[in-house]
Amino acid sequence: MPVVSTTPDTEQLTLTVVAEFAAPPERVWQLWTDPRQLERWWGPPTWPATFTQHDVAVDGSSRYFMTGPDGEKAHGWWRFLAIDEPRSLEFEDGFSDDSGTPSPDMPVIRARVELAEAADGTRMTVVSRFATEEQMNQLTEMGMVEGMTEAMGQIDALLLAKV
Amino acid sequence: MVVHQLGPVDIDRVFAALADATRRDIVTRVLQQEASVSVLARNYDMSFAAVQKHVAVLERAQLVSKHRRGREQIVRGDVGTVRAAARLLGNLEELWRSRIDRLEQVLDEPSGGDPPCPSSAPRPTPSS
Repeated sequence: MPVVSTTPDTEQLTLTVVAEFAAPPERVWQLWTDPRQLERWWGPPTWPATFTQHDVAVDGSSRYFMTGPDGEKAHGWWRFLAIDEPRSLEFEDGFSDDSGTPSPDMPVIRARVELAEAADGTRMTVVSRFATEEQMNQLTEMGMVEGMTEAMGQIDALLLAKV
Repeated sequence: MVVHQLGPVDIDRVFAALADATRRDIVTRVLQQEASVSVLARNYDMSFAAVQKHVAVLERAQLVSKHRRGREQIVRGDVGTVRAAARLLGNLEELWRSRIDRLEQVLDEPSGGDPPCPSSAPRPTPSS
């Protein structure tokens, strides 16, 4: 398993995922920056992603959609905040409406990716963070509501599609 | 039968509905105990009509359901939808694990050539 650790921080509402790959950082970098390679792993197999725009530059943006089993489309966007090839990149990932226009009221996840050279290849650290306090409150309160409910059932993998 | 599998479009609606503090408060209240719109309205410094509008937004997101009882509209929380929405954050970890598994698979292929079309991830067609 390439995943070394996952560390959720419920106070900061961040999730830190560390993974190691038997490939140099330059190669792992391509999987983030080449849209054809990115779309092969970004979406779940049942909701494959298609990037129609992927402008890997500071302030550059991406547009993508994921296609569900019934042909339903879920649109999203990225905006790049920082890029240091092939060591790190930081971007926002948000929801778009059916026409592909970013939805300003939806939660936005900020992701920071770091690729460090390791003995056997690359150690990748991804920190996902919700962008605003309002969105954090939104999710925290939802979590509290959740706490009042009974044991949870399995949520369909489709739920993951836009996170 | 109630199956709570939110598609991404529903998720948009759920997040939009919960982006407002009053609506979150309404959901929290009616999950604990159903209440009429007029009883709910007493909790907020706004008109009955305004509260009714908030309830309508929540209803469209399927976070609450409305039932008529005599002259009153009773609002109930839909536990399944709220639960599903709350799972989103928890599932982020699972999402990344699966992404990293796929990422590794792509890495394991010889680079430079044309990637094979994965049979499990059919390309979307314009007609769909």
